Amino acid sequence: MTQSKSPPGSLPHNQPSSAALGASLNQFTANDFLPANRAGLTSGLSRPSLSYWQDAWRRLRKNKQSLASLFVVSSLLAFVFLGPLVWTVDPNHQDQTQISIGLSMGATAIVIGDRNDWPGLDASPIPAIEESTQELGAPANLRTVDVVSTLGVRLAWDPVPGAAAYAIYRNEIAPEPDRLGVPLGSTQAPERVSYEDNESLQTRRYYYSVVAVNAAGVESTSASTLDLDLKPGMSLDLAQETKADAKEGDIIALRAAPLGTDSLGRDLLARLMFGGKISIFIGLFAAFLETLIGAMIGGISGFFGGRIDNYIMRVTDFVLGLPFLLFVILLKVAMGIGPGESGITALIIALVVLSWPGAARLVRGQVLQMRESEFIHAARMMGARPSYLLMRHMFPNLLGILLVSLTFNIPSAIFAEAFLSFIGLGVAAPAASWGSLCNDSIQNILTHPHEFLAPAITISLTVLAFNLLGDGLRDALDPKMRANE
Amino acid sequence: MIKYILQRLFSGLVTVFFVATFTFFAMHAVPGDPLMRGKAVSPEVRANLEALYGLDKPIAVQYGKFLLNMVKGDFGISFTQQNRSVNDIIRDSFPISATLGLLAIIFAAVGGVTWGAIAAINRNRLSDRVIMFAVILLVSVPTFVFGAMGQLAVSELNQKFGIDFLPIAGWGTLSHMLLPALVLGLGTMAFLARLMRSSMLEVVTQDYIRTAKAKGLPTLRIFVRHQLRNAILPVITFLGPSIAAITTGGFVAEVIFAIPGLGRYFVQAVQQLDYTVIMGLTVFLRSVSCFYGYSCRYSLRFY
Repeated sequence: MTQSKSPPGSLPHNQPSSAALGASLNQFTANDFLPANRAGLTSGLSRPSLSYWQDAWRRLRKNKQSLASLFVVSSLLAFVFLGPLVWTVDPNHQDQTQISIGLSMGATAIVIGDRNDWPGLDASPIPAIEESTQELGAPANLRTVDVVSTLGVRLAWDPVPGAAAYAIYRNEIAPEPDRLGVPLGSTQAPERVSYEDNESLQTRRYYYSVVAVNAAGVESTSASTLDLDLKPGMSLDLAQETKADAKEGDIIALRAAPLGTDSLGRDLLARLMFGGKISIFIGLFAAFLETLIGAMIGGISGFFGGRIDNYIMRVTDFVLGLPFLLFVILLKVAMGIGPGESGITALIIALVVLSWPGAARLVRGQVLQMRESEFIHAARMMGARPSYLLMRHMFPNLLGILLVSLTFNIPSAIFAEAFLSFIGLGVAAPAASWGSLCNDSIQNILTHPHEFLAPAITISLTVLAFNLLGDGLRDALDPKMRANE
Repeated sequence: MIKYILQRLFSGLVTVFFVATFTFFAMHAVPGDPLMRGKAVSPEVRANLEALYGLDKPIAVQYGKFLLNMVKGDFGISFTQQNRSVNDIIRDSFPISATLGLLAIIFAAVGGVTWGAIAAINRNRLSDRVIMFAVILLVSVPTFVFGAMGQLAVSELNQKFGIDFLPIAGWGTLSHMLLPALVLGLGTMAFLARLMRSSMLEVVTQDYIRTAKAKGLPTLRIFVRHQLRNAILPVITFLGPSIAAITTGGFVAEVIFAIPGLGRYFVQAVQQLDYTVIMGLTVFLRSVSCFYGYSCRYSLRFY
């Protein structure tokens, strides 16, 4: 990077003409022989002198798309690796009070005391059943007993004279009297005037309707309806863990879940960070290894050429023909990993073993081209050994395309991991990756889309950012692109 | 020409042979055996079962028999689905996968060529940038995400308007095929659009285009006869491998949309370690993809 020496005649402060040379010789003073002021010279050049990498970095920064993707990649890395330090929720903690809820901040739960099985309420004295098939009235005074929550709703009502049984309905929208839908259940004994519902209750509003049924089994047309807003119920033991003096009926603030929870009540944000660790680790590690191994094999192949090159290329053809899925399965079985168990090592080995030919072919092509170039010939003439040639001359020139290939290999490794985990071959519980999070939540996608969307968007964003970064790097590291500026 | 075809055919056969051999020996090198899973069996039953599947013979004999049967087109009997041969599975489900794949590839090719051409014509304008960003986005989103999002979107639409625009899963009518084919083809479409754009940009600067313009040919004619026809060549070259990849690699779409195609059986077999099915389907799928690849390269010779 040192400035090339300019001939003295071009120095701006000293321009003698040949005619006046003799006369001007006498005018020289000691000051004229001081070193030239180089700071003034640089301004005369059209471009500052930059090394290859400085120039690549300059061009990368000029490209808004790659700058944005670089930012996204670093934020994702920070999210996955530094995030757990900030958001310290245990990703494996199952919170039964918050199951499959959406984005939730400031949700509360109601404390339910220790309760025994409810025997139910009976009317006394026991009303007589009328044999006639007359129309019955609606049960009066429909009310709840004890604290209602998602853990259970206990209903009671006043007996209707002549009723043989009661049918109970539960609706999620306000029902019309003659359209109650399918009954939730019915009381068995005629004197029983209560009902307990604890069938998959959610945190929402329910409309309970009770209808009297006469001796002939015909339901009356008039119903009494009660609407209830259910809160998640929390057992007393659990509540006392956070608040020592909690008692039945207390409202307790639930832990916030900024991205909601999954079907087992685990915090999605924490799981996203937890799963991201494995996804990103596999992506970086597998991509790095396959690029490294591919570069070494490709370098040997291209450098030595001839028969070695031919054999190595046949091997790459064979490896590219191997079926990936089958290879993963066999590797898992060979390593003693049963179906439904995490095989991260098997996955990385499979990825590396089957994907190195890509990098190898790329490097081989470059090395073959470089081998015939003048600077290599010159170095060889001066007696450079092959290892010196490879390390000193070829490797620095390969670094650019290796970096680009690495950047493109990372998203494909993340993709492959997500695909395998999605079909149940990759990461499995208790470990998690973004792919396995998608796999776990796809069954509930129509009812709880947020569980699927969070990991799906994260994978897509990661792969997109790496792809854009790779594009930007390729443009920045290609010296030919500089001519277009 | 015939020599070329034979050469290609031979190299395809060699590839299939290598894959089959690798599969066979890898399967046998793996510890454990398929008959031991589930409940313990008495030695007599075990001997009978081994005789049925030919597992009592030396490995070289088994290998020879495996190759011979494969040449005859017999891939054996499934270990987990009773009395169902691998050939039955292929016969029942390959047409489904092939139909889906064909539809997806039509969609991908038409879409890819169209978007790529539009982007190239409007080079560096807004529409070009939007298309190219969409292309990178499509390449970056996994198929299962597209599938699930598509299902979600269609079910929302169906619910909102109260009519079933499209079914969200299953197989049968053309309407069942549309969404899975779209999902399956999106990635390939994006790739083809990229390819088409760069090849169009290369063609535009060629001398014969300038000549055509100088002759005063109408723009549309230049575009269709000279630009498109020349630019589409790399797309066709790439179409062969992608047809193979799509018809044989629709695992995810088939699992998500509950389509009884080959991919779903393959994933099922993988999950249950059904060796004969895995082996048979691998060899079959590999042969199919070789066939597609070579037939496409071959068809280019007539272009």
